[in-house]
Amino acid sequence: MTVGAEPLHRSLGLTDDELEMIRTALDRDPDVTELAMFAAMWSEHCSYKSSKVHLRTLPTEGDAVLVGPGQDAGVVDVGDGDAVVFKIESHSHPSAIEPYQGAATGVGGIVRDVVAMGARPVALLDPLMFGPLEEERNRWLLGGVVAGIGGYGNCIGVPTVGGEVRFAAPHSANPTVNVMCVGLAKAEHLVTASSHRPRPGSLMVLYGSSTGRDGIGGVSVLASATLEAGSGASRPSVQIADPFAEKLLIEASLQLVEEDLVEGLQDLGGAGLTCAVSESATRAGLGARLDLDTVPLREEGMEPFEILTSESQERMLAIVEPSKLGRVREVCERWGLPIAVVAELRPGGELEVRHAGATVARVPALSLTEKAPVYERPIQHPRRSGDDPTFAPFDGDLTDALLTVLAAPNVASKRWVFEQYDQLVQGQTVRGPGSDAAVIRVPASMKGLAISVDGNGRYGALDPRAAGAHAVAEAARNVAATGARPLAITNCLNFGNPERPEVMWQFAEAVVGIGEACRALGTPVTGGNVSFYNESEGSAIWPTPVVGVIGLLRDHRLAVPGGFPGPGLAVYLLGTTFAELGGSEFAESVLGTVSGVPPALDLEVERRLHDLLQEAAAGDLLSSAHDCSDGGLAVSLAEAAILGRQGFAVTLADDLPAHLVLFSESASRAVVSIAPEKEGSFRGHAATRGVPFERIGETGGPRAVIEGMVDVPVAELAGVWEGAIPRLLGEAS
Amino acid sequence: MSARIGVVTFPGSLDDRDALRAIDLMGGRGVPLWHAERDLLGVDGVILPGGFSYGDYLRCGAIAGRAPVMEEVRAFAERGGPVLGICNGFQILCESGLLPGALIRNRSLRFVCRIVHVRVETSATPVTAELLPGELLELPVKHGEGQFVATAADLRAFEDDGRVVFRYAGPHGEADDAADPNGSMHHIAGIRNEAGNVVGLMPHPEHAVDPDVGPTGGQALFASLLSQVLAVA
Repeated sequence: MTVGAEPLHRSLGLTDDELEMIRTALDRDPDVTELAMFAAMWSEHCSYKSSKVHLRTLPTEGDAVLVGPGQDAGVVDVGDGDAVVFKIESHSHPSAIEPYQGAATGVGGIVRDVVAMGARPVALLDPLMFGPLEEERNRWLLGGVVAGIGGYGNCIGVPTVGGEVRFAAPHSANPTVNVMCVGLAKAEHLVTASSHRPRPGSLMVLYGSSTGRDGIGGVSVLASATLEAGSGASRPSVQIADPFAEKLLIEASLQLVEEDLVEGLQDLGGAGLTCAVSESATRAGLGARLDLDTVPLREEGMEPFEILTSESQERMLAIVEPSKLGRVREVCERWGLPIAVVAELRPGGELEVRHAGATVARVPALSLTEKAPVYERPIQHPRRSGDDPTFAPFDGDLTDALLTVLAAPNVASKRWVFEQYDQLVQGQTVRGPGSDAAVIRVPASMKGLAISVDGNGRYGALDPRAAGAHAVAEAARNVAATGARPLAITNCLNFGNPERPEVMWQFAEAVVGIGEACRALGTPVTGGNVSFYNESEGSAIWPTPVVGVIGLLRDHRLAVPGGFPGPGLAVYLLGTTFAELGGSEFAESVLGTVSGVPPALDLEVERRLHDLLQEAAAGDLLSSAHDCSDGGLAVSLAEAAILGRQGFAVTLADDLPAHLVLFSESASRAVVSIAPEKEGSFRGHAATRGVPFERIGETGGPRAVIEGMVDVPVAELAGVWEGAIPRLLGEAS
Repeated sequence: MSARIGVVTFPGSLDDRDALRAIDLMGGRGVPLWHAERDLLGVDGVILPGGFSYGDYLRCGAIAGRAPVMEEVRAFAERGGPVLGICNGFQILCESGLLPGALIRNRSLRFVCRIVHVRVETSATPVTAELLPGELLELPVKHGEGQFVATAADLRAFEDDGRVVFRYAGPHGEADDAADPNGSMHHIAGIRNEAGNVVGLMPHPEHAVDPDVGPTGGQALFASLLSQVLAVA
């Protein structure tokens, strides 16, 4: 079979070896429909064929974990029968081609993953990376992606409560768009592979939008190959979003779950119907007979392979016992959603596809799913270059340097972005974007969920193992800073082309780093997503492992704010500052270099800090807490002052050169403020936990004063910090 | 006896649950109403909540303005029953002709979610009866199409008749561009009909009653509404 000069399987993204594997699985040559199904399911995006061997090394078990990796989303237990469902996913490739629709459909997909577990989506967070805003195309991409996330999330009534926006030249051609969704369910209502065991004769019911030609080849064309010149021609592979349909889909799905009408639920995302049907059958340990003539179509004359691999959005597949079909129809009709019985589960493991009265495909369901190829791709340590900026002399003005770092796009306020998101709908947002971690109240309880997503591409570029560990540590530290106990993580691993040994090395290293940190901090991995092929013309994005952490606050009213809330409070630095400017914000924005090695990370010290922050918050000892990360201690103090509109005067130890004291990004540190009458108790806890602490000064007054180093009005810091992004976008007032 | 306030759910309504919760929190009884039913279940007042009814795919509020339940809401309003439209609900009231004027895209052309101050301009509505003109309330806004526009003649009439209910203002009460999140004419955040029983506003009082999750500027509006309907009933 050939298309022009190229054999069909290759134009679908399958290798010659993979074609041989298919022949073996079928014991014959595949026909065209079957080949399209294998191409979609064996794509990198669906099969994780390059990443699986590495991901298997991650810790996935823990007391709180109810559902680990392998299902639509992970689940943790937060007590009283409440379960938190969460997952992160990338939609970078479509967003690079068509930013609004790409980002919007990314939100839609991850929300359906959470709904498919039987949970109501309660929060969204969006870690984003773009190229520098000096370039017009990057401004267009940022504007489109943010509008797309807002346009979708706002319209489905799920608040967007956090995220990150970072900038680096390697992300110009390939922006990184990750979306995390968090949902809540009663544990007894979860729809999981173990709680629901469909039997032969059960029906597969497709409901939601009709199926069109949009998004065909999304997983194999877009997500599993690099973007090269002329990639605008891939635009038809980007799906179109219909958030209104999604809102109806959410309500209908949750009503189906509440009334106990389904034996299984699955989102139609990558690889469309092929994926949903084959995975559902595999999960049930059965086969299925799928009749394409029953699928509601948006246009006439669609070929079987098109119906099977269409990625039309806002569709779900429910597995329904025949006796419950009538009620399922009524629920879907109440929400105005078309519904069709498209398949039936059958004994044996075969997936048979019928079209126009004939069988067009007959493949073992397992051959598409669990028996997809797994590769142990070669890895190679790349050569490093560049001196460590820690040892470069610096004699510039320190206040100017602080203003420069505060205005750096990575550090500056992202208000321009998050004001475009509805942060409040559902009425449970205790802390929204701009906090160390978002805090969402668990309805009808005192509990709060603290959520943070973090990833540092600069560290990734210099040492991907350190970047993986730091991403876990920082996200968990942000969660702990609110007073919450970090429970578990999800991750989104953004990398270049895995067929290049240097990229594969970066990936393997990042996974090792994540695993080490998760084991040390007691936060297992409940799932995630891998985004490969983020490169163009041989130049990849910075390796960027992004980690989302879920934490639990027993009492949301004790959530600790990040800003100094008033004058007369004692300011403490927790942790130790070392001479560590490698990969720092100061090195990039003031010295103009991304080089050296990222800060060391002692995970035992990190864990003790988290324990102390939780303990002190639970005892209501902290007036504020803010971690030290990008830009170091100086930025942490400045942000606490800006957020609280409150000045401070501190004196810092001078055992290091001043610019290192201010801007070193040593890990495992936080700035806290404490009411004078609580200092004694706090010191006791810190000493018991073995966390180094130092009383560095007090809050109050209109100025930010770091004795002998910085003296500037807080209003000026705020103006620079808040004005930087609008200024770069040409909207300065 | 608690006042029973109905909250209509249209397909695409989002803040309906929040409005019901706010009514309950303030001591009333929230009653869910469904867009397809021609029945207000005997409620004492009606709230059209925020959201994106029917996806706002034609014009915001245009399709919802023609939903079956709206015939009942119209009749209820004509009998003098209190009707409050919040955000998308305000858009629906304008689209259905229960309130004059229109809401178009924010001048920034972007969705905006932030906490603002509004200044109470009149006590002559069910939601402001217990407030004095000039009082400031802290409320969140979250909308893409909240820029209030009307003809010059209409605007003059609103001002002369005291039909402007809320205006965006700074923390010291000054209504100006800096305080206005969407560029509304005369910085209008909410208006009422001539009789005063139908009120629409863009900010979200239902997201401003619970101090654990935001400001509390909405408490006074719900308190006023609940005591007014009881006084009438």
